[in-house]
Amino acid sequence: MSRRTTFGKAINEAMTIAMRQDPRVVVCGLGTDDPKGIFGTTLKLQEEFGAKRVFDTPTSENAMTGIMIGAALDGMRPVMSHQRLDFFLLAMDQLVNNAAKWFYMFGGQRSVPVTIRLIIGRGWGQGPTHSQNLQSWFAHIPGLKVVMPTTPADAKGLLLSSIFDPNPVVFMEHRWLHEMEGDVPEGDYRVPIGPVRVANEGNDITLVSMSYMTVEAMQALPVLQAHGIHPDIIDLSTLSPLDWGGILKSVRKTGRLLVLDTSNESFSASAEIIARVTTEAFGSLKQAPRRICLPDFPSPTSPSLSAGFYRRAEDIVETVGQMMGRTLSSESIRLQRTTPHDVPGNWFKGPF
Amino acid sequence: MVHTLESNPWQQDHAADLLYRMKWIRCIEETIAGKYGEGKMRCPVHLSIGQEAVSAAVGKALRKEDYAVSGHRAHGHYLGKGGDPQAMLAEIYGKRSGCARGKGGSMHLIDETVGFKGSTAIVGGTIPIGVGLGYSISCRKSDQVSCVFFGDGAVEEGAFYESANFAALHKLPVLFLCENNFYSVYSSLRPRQPEGREIYKMVEGMGIESAQGDGNNVLEVFDTVASALKDIRSGRGPRFLEFKTYRWREHCGPNFDNDIGYRTEEEYLSWKARDPVAQLTSDLISKNQLYPATVSEMDGEIQSQVDQFFTFVENSPFPDPKEAYQDLFAPDDFERSRL
Repeated sequence: MSRRTTFGKAINEAMTIAMRQDPRVVVCGLGTDDPKGIFGTTLKLQEEFGAKRVFDTPTSENAMTGIMIGAALDGMRPVMSHQRLDFFLLAMDQLVNNAAKWFYMFGGQRSVPVTIRLIIGRGWGQGPTHSQNLQSWFAHIPGLKVVMPTTPADAKGLLLSSIFDPNPVVFMEHRWLHEMEGDVPEGDYRVPIGPVRVANEGNDITLVSMSYMTVEAMQALPVLQAHGIHPDIIDLSTLSPLDWGGILKSVRKTGRLLVLDTSNESFSASAEIIARVTTEAFGSLKQAPRRICLPDFPSPTSPSLSAGFYRRAEDIVETVGQMMGRTLSSESIRLQRTTPHDVPGNWFKGPF
Repeated sequence: MVHTLESNPWQQDHAADLLYRMKWIRCIEETIAGKYGEGKMRCPVHLSIGQEAVSAAVGKALRKEDYAVSGHRAHGHYLGKGGDPQAMLAEIYGKRSGCARGKGGSMHLIDETVGFKGSTAIVGGTIPIGVGLGYSISCRKSDQVSCVFFGDGAVEEGAFYESANFAALHKLPVLFLCENNFYSVYSSLRPRQPEGREIYKMVEGMGIESAQGDGNNVLEVFDTVASALKDIRSGRGPRFLEFKTYRWREHCGPNFDNDIGYRTEEEYLSWKARDPVAQLTSDLISKNQLYPATVSEMDGEIQSQVDQFFTFVENSPFPDPKEAYQDLFAPDDFERSRL
């Protein structure tokens, strides 16, 4: 049985189910039990499971990460939440030198089953240090699993899989997805870490996308279809370990690749995807792959500066058109927009 | 006969047992230093020769089921806790029988059978890990203690303050064990910490009961640690102990380095005169608690064991090169397969 619910509620549901099922699951992070409950994702957890298992933490990202790694080494399954990824940068030592390495560097004796939720900000002037998309940093580190769901169902299913995975998982949630609705199965629903999700099947071009950019791709889809272009839309869901088979299969079918990345362009996940596809499926490509990313600048704060900074469905339509040798108008998408460019919907009134 | 630290013939006599434990650590490290030049131990080694009193006393005061974690200079902590010496040496030699199967080397020691949960190379990196083990212990309501070994350099890391704060906040069963040997690589305390401020005093200000002691007096270290452990086990929260001591050899490697200019021969000699092993030996002999012949017997016994360890390790196989590509991720059923 499934029903409509939001991405944020699906996250909350996954943690509730995991905690009911396994007393070793604990949930912590700054603001976990505050009235806002990390954008609603941790609400009511402390009521049900008590303050020993669901707790607020000192503002100590690095040590708290290490402390939960230590707890994980002793058999616990911690879930840590960070309201913005940017603050988690203080914990890179513990993540990279301990969590990612422990299983390998001690010869496979003890793994670190910790899940680290990182929320990526966008819009409403989040600015340079509240909206970084650093998935390629994490995916670059051997030993980390990196998960980046788009749909509410994947959010729930992948979070449950992450919590019960014996390895450290960086679980990235785009802030603009929290209020998105979708069909979510009830109960202990798990989506395996790894396989891509095919969001649309088509034969003309492969769009490889991730997280919020898949939402933009789905907005571009009807316009493309109206022009007779049928894209394969591959939603990555997991960045590491990446399902290369899923991507290559699609590119071998369509011969065209456009990667949609939520991050800055240089040295991004899109760079790795294009490099690998070009190396392994060069003969199948009808033209050079392309990508749509953010410019190689920090994201600015002022609405006037951020207006042209993020890439949207319009850009996807136009780029696909160029790749197909067509001039496509994205006017209909622009006309349909009823919200300002810097919010995901009218529900978002800031501040973060 | 090969025996472990716990089954040494002198274990019934407290002082002699401590002497044996210090000698055990020293003999293994002296042998490493002596053979390092052969080029078969192809990884950095950070020797703790001169600092054995803390390792020996803490290792004896802790229970086997207690946890310990440490940093880059961990041989003594590992051995003192009862860690398998052969597995440690094999790890340094890069052999498959190494405690980390050749993946970690000297700075990544582990022996979970005696509660030594791991040492890592980044200064201060295991302080949060040890506190996390303490957190897990407290969740399980066990009376174990998690002992975190680190040095004077690590208290300059943010991870230390963050971890100490959390341990104090949640009254976790953690023993913070700071060996202050006055140097971080080649940097003295002068450019690193304000003159006259004692580390243990600073930590006391964070709400953790703290004490300082002579790190070269093994009997005193034992008593101080035993008393702190009693407090911790009774639920009174973490304790911080600072022991001043001195490493005789270079920061990393088998040599002496008093000639290179960052510390003086006089300073070294003054600490060598307070050698924890020699001090206890002469003390016990002068009080007629130990015969000189017994000391020789002990030395011979240990050296012959240690020689056997090295022979075994040198003749052990290296891991297959393919093993470099194993154990990146634990398999999904990893936990179940362990049980």
